[in-house]
Parts: sequence; structure tokens; C-alpha cells
Amino acid sequence: MTTQHRRETQDRPHPMAAEPGVPSTQEQPPLDRRRPRRRPLLAGWLFLLPLIATFGCFAWWPIVRSVVLSFQSTNLVDAPTWVGMDNFANLLADPLLWTTVRNTVWFVVLALLFGFPLPIMLAVVMSELRRFGGLFRVLVYLPVVVPPVVAVLMWKWFYDPDFGLFNEALGVLGLGPFPWLQDTSTAMPSLVLEATWAAAGSTVLIYLAALTSVPGELYEAAEIDGATIMKRIWHVTLPQLRGVLLIMLLLQILGTFRIFTEPFVLTDGGPEDSTVTILLLIYRYAFIYGDYGVASALGVLLAIGLGVISAVYLRLTRKWSRT
Amino acid sequence: MSEDRGRGIVSGIDRRRPGVRWSLHLVQGVLLLATALIGLGPLLWTAKGAISPTQDLLRDPLRLWPSSVRWENLAAAWTELRVGHYLLNTVVLVGGSWFVQLFVATTGAFALSVLRPRFGKLVYGAVLATLFVPGTVSLVALYLTVLDLSLVDSPWAVWLPAGAHAFNVLIMKQFFDGLPKELYQAAQVDGAGSVRLFLHIVLPMSRPILAVVSLLAVMEGWKDFLWPMIAITDADTQPLAVALPRLAETAEQNQVIAGMLVAIIPPLLLFLVFQRHIVRGISFTGLKG
Repeated sequence: MTTQHRRETQDRPHPMAAEPGVPSTQEQPPLDRRRPRRRPLLAGWLFLLPLIATFGCFAWWPIVRSVVLSFQSTNLVDAPTWVGMDNFANLLADPLLWTTVRNTVWFVVLALLFGFPLPIMLAVVMSELRRFGGLFRVLVYLPVVVPPVVAVLMWKWFYDPDFGLFNEALGVLGLGPFPWLQDTSTAMPSLVLEATWAAAGSTVLIYLAALTSVPGELYEAAEIDGATIMKRIWHVTLPQLRGVLLIMLLLQILGTFRIFTEPFVLTDGGPEDSTVTILLLIYRYAFIYGDYGVASALGVLLAIGLGVISAVYLRLTRKWSRT
Repeated sequence: MSEDRGRGIVSGIDRRRPGVRWSLHLVQGVLLLATALIGLGPLLWTAKGAISPTQDLLRDPLRLWPSSVRWENLAAAWTELRVGHYLLNTVVLVGGSWFVQLFVATTGAFALSVLRPRFGKLVYGAVLATLFVPGTVSLVALYLTVLDLSLVDSPWAVWLPAGAHAFNVLIMKQFFDGLPKELYQAAQVDGAGSVRLFLHIVLPMSRPILAVVSLLAVMEGWKDFLWPMIAITDADTQPLAVALPRLAETAEQNQVIAGMLVAIIPPLLLFLVFQRHIVRGISFTGLKG
């Protein structure tokens, strides 16, 4: 538009007309340096259109609609009716909800106990080994490459109480047999074990990347002061990583709250509802009972819950994350 | 790793001490064994299971080598379980999602970073805001929206929502922001319109970031399970990941494992070939996400 206009007014465009120092024979200034070039308005919005269309339909609108749906009753046939807080009341009256919340929190706690320290230790050790660095990285990351469904189906075999790999292998050592997924007390830890195996690799790589940014002089100084290797890890490495550690901890908490594939495929919430998680309950309400209103209400509550957790977490760690 | 920087936690002097040296060797050996067992073991188990008779799995799970190697399992899975067909479905879904993601992220980021229309900042803020709302929360509403647009069972039900990927827009915009402004001005003075600027200058310069976003998009799409399961109910058009759990309940088990192997191989090859890009993408995701 403006550029085209400018072109027409010039006899021939300079081959390197961009050089602002080149004086133009035209009275039009080549470029106004203080004000950025005029914005091609129409083009801007045209380029933005795909983004606005996809985000509008598939991100912004569904978020708004979730909130609307949570106050409505809808069966997809008749027009939806407003039901006020009924969906939330029904939800809170469902005894399975509290089991579900307990299960999910239990999963999150276990996943942090297994899954938070392990990648840190692996990354610290891996960064100190002089050989096979690339090989270690590949080996550690391999489980992440496996599609989650395939991973879960594999582990179903490993966990099988009668002809599973784990019981067979532990049997050689004289241990077990363990019920793994078949018992209410071991089912959830079994899911956590699988989920940790599946996720740890990418976290290790993130920590490895962060470790390379720890300045060597700090270790040098610590060593001169007589700090042992363990003390250097404790007093130099971990404090230097704390920014990444804090973010990863939050991301891990938020991610594990949304656990779905593992309980869905491995246990379908059993035995005796001991592995029904929040997302599995949302799925059941929506796609098995056809109660989209209650499903959305639970989704909204989960979003609020995660929001509160993030806000509290960021507040609590604010002082600590700064230097 | 430690070669990248001057020194690590353990110094050269430490490394010369026999105690430290031997414990490092020990740690190295143990770690190699453990990561091989944990990382490679399950893959090898799948490969073995795919060419074993089902009886092996039931009678002797610890067996390292199949009692009789059955390559025909793979062929049977391909034709009888139609693993090939489901794999093609996956490829179509992942390919389309990849294209939509790249299209939306590049055009959108170009508009936000280079053309900067009025209210662009507002739009960008709204895009970033979706990063804080976990997608699974609005799952039900998304399903109803897709239902309203009568996209259910069509690949568009997977392709289009894939485009609403805030993280892609974020890293793409940051990359475009880093390109030299003089370049845009030069092109505009030379008479290039926005489209030419986008296609001939910005895109060719963005190859590294396009590679990272593409790899992440493909890997992510390949792993996707919940959304394709909800959005594509027709068994015939389901991707492999959705079909496998269903097949696992009825089909011959060694054929199911062969199907699992087929589902692992493409992302595995992609990872082994493009390791560096993916590792870079991961560290980026973690630090910025």
C-alpha cells in the first residue's frame, strides 16, 4: 500500500535504497527515522486472521463456553436451560468426587516424590561424566519418545500379576508376587512409576541445559574454600538451578493434576475407584453419562483449583526465586 | 556436556584422586547399565514380543530371545489388524496438524512482530493467556464446539484445534522479533509487499525455528490420545494410538505388540535423526514454558 505508492513515485528504486544515509532525489523522505514505518493495516489483520480464527473457535470460545456450560443443563437435543448452581451442587453431592480429588492429590504427591528429585540427580551426575554424554542423553530420553498409549500398553504387560515381567523378575530374587494394578493400595503407586518413567527424560534434558549455565568460577571458588563435591552440589549447583527447579516443580504439579491416559488405559479407574482421577471423572460425566453441564463444572473447578495453586506457589516462592 | 564449559562440579584435581576416579567410573558403569535397562529395555521387549509367538509372553516372560522368530507376525498385524491403515490415519492427522500449526504460528507471529496492527498487543496477550488455562479444562466445551461445526469424525476436528497452540506463536514471535528490523525496511523500500516480505525474507530466515516447531508439532501430534479419541469416534478413521487399546482387548496379543512397535518406530527414527534440534526444543520449552 504505502510502499507501493512510494515505489510508483520513484523513477527507479535504488538498488540499496534501504540505506538511510543515501539522499533521495525525490522530495519524499526515504524513511522517517523517529517514527516507525506506517503500519500496513489491512495486511496486518489479514495475516492475523488464521490465528484469530483458530484461537477464537478452539481456545477462547471453549474457555468462555466451559463457564457458561457449567451453569446450564444440555443434552444436545433441546435448547440448553439455565440451572444456576445445580451442576455444582450435583457434583459436590457425588461421593465419587471426593474419592477422585483424594486420588488425584495422592497421585500428584507420589509423582513429585518419585519424579522430582530423580531427574535432578540424574542430570547432575550425567553432566559430570566425561564419556558417553550423547549416549546417556539418548537413553534417558527414549521413554519420552514412546507414545503414551504404547507405553501404557507395555507396562500393562510388565505389571501383569500372572505372567508379567516384574513379578517374574522379582520372583527370581525371591520377592513377590505383587498385585501391582490389582490392589487398591498398590494401583496408584504403579501408575506413578509408569508416569515417572515416561516423563523423567525430558526433565533431565532441561536440567542438563540449565547446568551448563552455572559458571565454573563458582565451583572454583567453592573448591578453594575447601568445599567437598557434595557440598559444591548442595551450596553451588542447586542454588544456581533454583529458578529452573521452581518452574519445573510448578509445571510438574500442574501437569500431574491432569493425569488421564494412565488410569484410563491401565486401570479404568479401578480397582474399587482407587485410581479415578479428576480428568477421568470429567471424561465419564461428559462422554459416558452425557452430562456436559456437570463435566464442565468440574473442569471449571479444576481450572480454579490449579489457578489458586499456581498463585499461592508463585507467592510463596517469590522471595526465594530472586537472588 | 562437561566439555561444553570450562569446568564442572568435579575439578581436574578431584578427578586425579583415585577415590573420586573410581567412584566416577563406578557411577558411569551403573548409570549406563540402568539407563540402558530402563530406556532401551522396554523397546527391546516390544521388538521381541512383536516377533514372538504369544505363548512366549505367557509362559516365559523373562525369555530374552523368541523361541521361534516369527516375522509373519508383523505382516499379520499390518493386514489383519490393519495397523498399516491406522498408521496412515495417524500420518494424515499429524501431517495436517503440523501444517495448520505452522501456518497459524508463522502468519500470526509475522503479523504481531512485523506488521503490528493496532490491538495486536491485545491479541497477543489473549494468546498468551491460553497458556495458563490447561487445555483439558475446556475439553468438553471444545468437543461441543467441534460438534456444532459438524467436524466430528473428520480430520479437521484434529487439525484445526491443533492450530490454537500458544507456545508456537510465542517462540515464533520471539524469533521474528530478533530478526534485524533494517531487513524489513529494506524490503519495503524495494517495493516488497507484506506477502513477499513474509514468503521471501522472513520464512527463509526462520528455518531453524521452523525446524524446532515442526519437530515438536510432529512428536506431540504422534503422542496425542485423548483428543483424537473424543473427536474421532469412527473406528475406521482413528489413528493408531486410539486404535491400539481397542485392539488390545480382542486381538492376538503378539500382533498388538507388533502394532505397538510400528507406532514407536516413526517418532524414534525422528528423534534419532533430529536429536540436536529436539534437545534444543526441549530445553527451550522447559525454560520458557
